[in-house]
Amino acid sequence: MIGYYLNLALRSLKRNKVLTALMVLAIAVGIGASMTTLTVLHVLSGDPLPGKSGELYYPQIDPQDARGMMPGTMPPEQVTLIDGTNLLRARQADRQALMAGGAVPIQPDASALDPFYVEARYTTADFFAMFDVPFLYGHGWTGIDDEAHVRDVVIARELNEKLFKGADSVGRTLRIGGTMFRIAGVLDSWRPNPHFYDLTTGSYNYYEQAFLPLQTALELRFAKNGSNDCWGNGTGGVVGGAYPSATCVWLQFWVELDSPARAAAYRQFLVRYSEEQKALGRFQRAPNVQLRNLMQWLDHNGVVPSDVRLQAWLAFGFLLVCLVNTVGLMLAKFLRRSGELGVRRALGASRRALLAQLLIESAVVGTAGGIGGLLLAFFGLWLVRHRSSDYAALVHLDAAMLLVTFALAISASLLAGLLPAWRASKVAPALQLKSN
Amino acid sequence: MHIQIRPILAALRRHKAGTLLIALQIALTLAIVCNALFIIHQRLANLSAASGVDEANVFVIANMWADLDRSTEQVDAQVRADLLALRQLPAVRNATPASGYPLRGGGWDNFVTMTPEQVKPTTDAAVYTGDEHFLDTLGLKLVAGRNFRPDEVMVMGTQQAITPPTAIVSQALADRLFPDGNALGKSFYAMGTAPSTIVGIVDPLHRQGVDQWSNGYAGQALIWPLRADDERGIYYIVRAKPGQLADAMREAPKALYAQNRLRIIDPVDGIQDYATIRHKVYDRDRGMAILMSVISVVLLAITAAGIVGLTSFWVGQRRKQIGVRRALGARQRDILAYFLTENFLISATGVVLGAVLAVAFNLWTVTRFEMSHMSMAYVGIGVVALLLLGQGAVLAPALRASRVSPVEATRSV
Repeated sequence: MIGYYLNLALRSLKRNKVLTALMVLAIAVGIGASMTTLTVLHVLSGDPLPGKSGELYYPQIDPQDARGMMPGTMPPEQVTLIDGTNLLRARQADRQALMAGGAVPIQPDASALDPFYVEARYTTADFFAMFDVPFLYGHGWTGIDDEAHVRDVVIARELNEKLFKGADSVGRTLRIGGTMFRIAGVLDSWRPNPHFYDLTTGSYNYYEQAFLPLQTALELRFAKNGSNDCWGNGTGGVVGGAYPSATCVWLQFWVELDSPARAAAYRQFLVRYSEEQKALGRFQRAPNVQLRNLMQWLDHNGVVPSDVRLQAWLAFGFLLVCLVNTVGLMLAKFLRRSGELGVRRALGASRRALLAQLLIESAVVGTAGGIGGLLLAFFGLWLVRHRSSDYAALVHLDAAMLLVTFALAISASLLAGLLPAWRASKVAPALQLKSN
Repeated sequence: MHIQIRPILAALRRHKAGTLLIALQIALTLAIVCNALFIIHQRLANLSAASGVDEANVFVIANMWADLDRSTEQVDAQVRADLLALRQLPAVRNATPASGYPLRGGGWDNFVTMTPEQVKPTTDAAVYTGDEHFLDTLGLKLVAGRNFRPDEVMVMGTQQAITPPTAIVSQALADRLFPDGNALGKSFYAMGTAPSTIVGIVDPLHRQGVDQWSNGYAGQALIWPLRADDERGIYYIVRAKPGQLADAMREAPKALYAQNRLRIIDPVDGIQDYATIRHKVYDRDRGMAILMSVISVVLLAITAAGIVGLTSFWVGQRRKQIGVRRALGARQRDILAYFLTENFLISATGVVLGAVLAVAFNLWTVTRFEMSHMSMAYVGIGVVALLLLGQGAVLAPALRASRVSPVEATRSV
């Protein structure tokens, strides 16, 4: 039966090529536009560490002075060096890491290579285990190394390719900013997007090439990247003037807590810590703590650009217009065939059979529109990739989105066909036969 | 010509579904197109914002130091030697050290207060640093007061907080701080313990960033007489002599490397002229404007095609009825007027609904996306455009209808 309906549908669509083309095109354009924007949205709002993100938390405390304090204000988005170090040494979580972004000059031995800057991360040891960072060769350093200010560096695969042609470089030395470092490990490709652990350096497509122990980097006064937020007037340095003062937040602190109970306990610890600091006179405000997990933290920061969300909404409005358009055209098309449908009814076809026939016809249009929409989406994503925004390179259509596209196209056109098909299948056979 | 509206309404009542669909489509199209137009216009206005810089002749060098273990004094000596070398180049008119530049896409900004105790800041200003050559190098127009004197320029090391006693501010900042005018000679506090006195006013001077949050502080900037000798690197802003930009951009890095090889100037974007800087910083705005234009044009085309399709169907369905009317004495233009009026009635319903939707959508984007309120002019333009589009789209089927011969009345009944 379906084969027969399909045959009828193709015949009917062929009879009025312009109208058919118009319907297919409208669906294709609508689907293409919404799939392009939806894919961008999907890529940008993805989970950078699936399976692990629920156990990673970003503690926030409020060390600011009492000036300008208003109830309900959020604590700062980063921590001071003192608080970060205190929280790190308290060891109240399963794992914890204090970190900051920076940039270091690499001075290769090979005279063929000029010195160059790479983005770097200064962090404590748990970083690698906590974020499931994959190693190609070697491994990270330990907490003891942190305290010993060891001259160890972990480099990214890309930098290893550039410096050592991809060979196992563990144990070799590398001159960074005038100091010799021992290469402890080489990372395998690791590109978390968004750059969740430090959003101040840019949310997308930002990858560090070198990872150095935080204490070592601070001792060597390596330059920092990212933002500082300070309060009060006047700032001096912490470490010989190289870094923001004690009234500035500029480091990120992450903890791993394997259960909600542990998270609740950690929150209590943060409150206790704030109270202690207030008793010591360092904090002036009442305890103001936040403990968000990774996805909540991304959500709180609104990492997905508002333009992208606005575009997605507009594209769906666009799809809606295309669908309304298709409903109108299908209505015209089906009603014009009232005569033919009347004859089929008179010859014994049930109303349900007519409905099925017409719905199959709209499904054919939907499939064609879906294929067209998919092609347009590929084209749209190609255009997006050729823009210079920071997330441009990440935007690709994955299998899940491919399926969503097709489901959307077919369900949209079935939905669009429903009203016209129902309306047309209501024809009274006698009336149609009489008037012809 | 007298048009009977009542028979049209009676006929439309028999095509409820089709009529409603066209009206709905017009309404949705209007809502989206109005908002898209509004966005396009806003973004295009950004694109042409004045920077105050002599953009045809100015370029920026991002100079990074390769050796980090130097004192501020050593860095400052190198910076001064570099600037001397740059200013001596035949194609170069002037050069200045800087910690940022207009349209950089973000950078240093400070809250500004009138007193040191003030809790709620008066406003926010982009902070530029440079020496006495800063104004001439950028080509900024001094509208009041004077330039910095060489002896006023101070040295600022890495992460050091220095508040110079003098500052030059943009007209926009002067107006915001001192609405009564005469800002010259007055002082303000910009997150420092000491005040800065305004010795000069320039106009215009764009901020470093173009983010939406800074729209409320548009054009508010201050310049401090500082050589920011960060141990990591520094920007050199260079102004070429008229027509010698390419020469200056070629010579400048050679002159710097001749001074000292221990520096890193990125081969890709270490040296940028202002055309590139402007193009980059507004890329997102331009992309949004293009996307919105494409969406609007395609949407209008689809709506027009939908109207043509449905009206053609109606004309085909009513050939007999039209034939009868013609046989009873209706002229061709009466038939034409009938379909045009019919479309006008449907479109009018659609645009009324659409205007409401457009405003509602805008209000929603104001709350969700920090957009500003849309002027009703956009709705007006959209309404006129869609009414014209409807009339244009219906013209071809209506003309075909008007050519139906009266003989049709006698056929096939």
